Amino acid sequence: MTDTWIILGATSGMARAFIRDMAEEGHGLILCGRKQEVMEEIANDCRARGAGFVDLMPIDMRDPDSFAPIVEKASGLSGMTNVAVFTGTMPPQDQIDANPALIDGTIADSFTGPARFLTLIAPQLEQRGGGSIVGITSVAGDRGRLGNYVYGAAKGGFATYLSGLRNKLGRAGVHVMTVKPGPVDTPMTWDLGKQPFMTTPEAVSADIRRGLKRRRNVIYTAKIWALIMLVIRMIPEPIFKKMSF
Amino acid sequence: MRWKTDSYAGWGRALRATGDLARPDRRADLDSAIAPAIGKRRSYGDAALNDGGRAIDMTRLDSILSFDEDTGLLEIEAGMQLGDIVRVFSPRGWLPPVLPGTGFATVGGAIGMDVHGKNHHNAGSFGQHVTRIRLLQGDQRRTITPRNRALWQATLGGLGQTGIILSATIQMKRCAGPVMTVTERRAEGWDEHIAMLDASTASYCVGWIDATATGQALGRGIVEEAEPARGLIPRRGAPKAVPLDAPHFALSAPIVKAFNALYYRRVPDHGRTVVRSMPDFFFPLDKIHDWNRLYGKRGFHQFQCVVPLGEKDRLRDMLDLIAGSGLASPLAVLKRMGAGRAGYLSFPMEGYTLAVDFPARAEAPDLIATLEQMTVAAGGRLYLAKDALATGERIKAMYPDWPKWRDAVNAADPDHLLETDMTRRLTLRSPA
Ligand SMILES: Cc1cc2nc3c(=O)[nH]c(=O)nc-3n(C[C@H](O)[C@H](O)[C@H](O)COP(=O)(O)OP(=O)(O)OC[C@H]3O[C@@H](n4cnc5c(N)ncnc54)[C@H](O)[C@@H]3O)c2cc1C
Ligand SMILES: NC(=O)c1ccc[n+]([C@@H]2O[C@H](COP(=O)([O-])OP(=O)(O)OC[C@H]3O[C@@H](n4cnc5c(N)ncnc54)[C@H](OP(=O)(O)O)[C@@H]3O)[C@@H](O)[C@H]2O)c1
Repeated sequence: MTDTWIILGATSGMARAFIRDMAEEGHGLILCGRKQEVMEEIANDCRARGAGFVDLMPIDMRDPDSFAPIVEKASGLSGMTNVAVFTGTMPPQDQIDANPALIDGTIADSFTGPARFLTLIAPQLEQRGGGSIVGITSVAGDRGRLGNYVYGAAKGGFATYLSGLRNKLGRAGVHVMTVKPGPVDTPMTWDLGKQPFMTTPEAVSADIRRGLKRRRNVIYTAKIWALIMLVIRMIPEPIFKKMSF
Repeated sequence: MRWKTDSYAGWGRALRATGDLARPDRRADLDSAIAPAIGKRRSYGDAALNDGGRAIDMTRLDSILSFDEDTGLLEIEAGMQLGDIVRVFSPRGWLPPVLPGTGFATVGGAIGMDVHGKNHHNAGSFGQHVTRIRLLQGDQRRTITPRNRALWQATLGGLGQTGIILSATIQMKRCAGPVMTVTERRAEGWDEHIAMLDASTASYCVGWIDATATGQALGRGIVEEAEPARGLIPRRGAPKAVPLDAPHFALSAPIVKAFNALYYRRVPDHGRTVVRSMPDFFFPLDKIHDWNRLYGKRGFHQFQCVVPLGEKDRLRDMLDLIAGSGLASPLAVLKRMGAGRAGYLSFPMEGYTLAVDFPARAEAPDLIATLEQMTVAAGGRLYLAKDALATGERIKAMYPDWPKWRDAVNAADPDHLLETDMTRRLTLRSPA
């Protein structure tokens, strides 16, 4: 029986490899995003790779009315329902400082939008007694820092939400996994200059799939970031507040 | 498109460039051909470099556009890697008709160099299995087929100079199953090696040569013959990576000699037949990511030539020179080629091809220059995918159709927007 993967943010540069891997494994895909044309290119590619089926659904994280049709669509399918959330935006901190209204959108794209969607679909997974939810957050969510703390706050908020959701859904056999990437070689990071311990969308997908198999709770990708963030989290606040990196 | 300034290199890492790079993620991002397109930069020299200019990295435009299970016609975007095509389609009984020794090569790069594989003697070159190409010329998109004669022949093996290749349709080949049965035999010396290659009737056939062996053992190696087959795919270890540039002694003469001797003895003297996964057979080196770093910071060169069948003695002389130089590396390949080629600048000719790596030490350019001279004398030619050192004069003498290529290319790209370090070094687009 084919399982279904609902992908939120199907046009994400990081999601590209994960979507393809799921297609090659024969799963059904419900690709959700804002750019219909790009999604059609992706859908076509996924069909050729062997996806069980591919459906496209419009979604806008800032417009919760777009959520219900997707949840409804999934409820009609057999097999397990799984969700992977890749949405997020990272406006530069100085733009946010100049225009605080950007905060609302940043939080919606990474946190409140995904949280509302997952809250809406969670009962379905609970009822089926299985399935997985993969939420992409970021190492930036582990500690607020000078360069991107609104983005970091959104990711941190989502990570906390996921940890609670895991607590709740775990009882019903639903696996909720938080994925914290360090820098990934996607358009988001293309012209940001050299990034430390950069990984690729392919490696991220491999890490996610390994995590799914082992039913991990929280994973870092690249792995080294688990260690780096452990150290960064341990820096006492009086020192941390003077650091800029 | 978003541009960033970066420094990058060919696979041999001896030649580098600094310039602006873009890497479109979506089809719509790429709206005009204002700079040369590059793939995974598996070409050793400067074919995929544009120092001081711009280049467009095509590797994220790598979707499958369509596949017809009845005819085997596969349309893919130019950035798709051949190894990915193997992974997706070999379990379904289809294989790309031609595969080079690295699965990282993209479709665009395979066309730009009209690459050959271990089955060249019976399947011809990659370009001979391409039925149509979508090109971006300026801001115009157009579809070309073999009917576009000059433009077609200038595109296949044409170093990307006729336009950016957006996508291509290739005729896939049926394969019996997802694994390869491989028969390996020792060849004790040059004559035996050549005789075994001549006698082979296998679909895939290649000789690995110990380029450090001298005297009686000159030309000794292992001849590999293979056929696709049904069976269970053997497990492949996770790829390893070379994290740092190796120190310069890592591939010094004694170490290479020892490695080669071991490699040779790995196969028992009466030979053996084994089952390999497709990637293990076609792309053995891809198991070690970034293995080019083994050659250290200075990088390395690969010399690859082909000479006509009747000139095998001259090839033996070249090998003799190489073996005596103490410069050769573990990777040397000898193969009998057929006549198949698709474009004006395609490398193949009926004969024998020899490929040897040399660390980019001070002595290497002189040795390679001598080998180039010997190639000319034998009526052979050098492979542009490997070349980093030749002169334009020499290359033009080896490629009789070069003037036709130049004329077609200069008509297709009149403003010379697609020139690369290679076309400039070899003055390939100049009147003479
Ligand atoms: C380990 C190894 C083994 C190899 N074995 C073989 C072999 O057995 N047989 C063989 O024939 N070759 C072999 N090669 C060479 C390799 O197949 C070629 O260099 C091939 O062109 C590499 O593809 P690429 O995508 O890296 O192209 P690049 O090196 O990035 O580019 C090659 C050329 O194609 C052009 N190009 C690339 N993409 C496009 C595009 N979309 N549109 C227009 N032009 C484009 C570039 O401008 C450049 O001129 C080997 C190389 C390595 C490293
Ligand atoms: N790249 C990195 O280094 C990195 C590191 C850590 C974490 N992350 C996180 O990983 C995720 C994927 O990143 P990426 O690199 O793939 O970046 P990306 O290519 O910009 O992907 C972001 C995705 O989110 C979608 N999106 C944004 N706002 C949306 C909205 N309001 N409604 C619907 N979709 C929306 C985008 O859709 P459109 O195509 O329509 O814009 C896009 O699909 C993001 O959450 C990012 O924050 C990235």
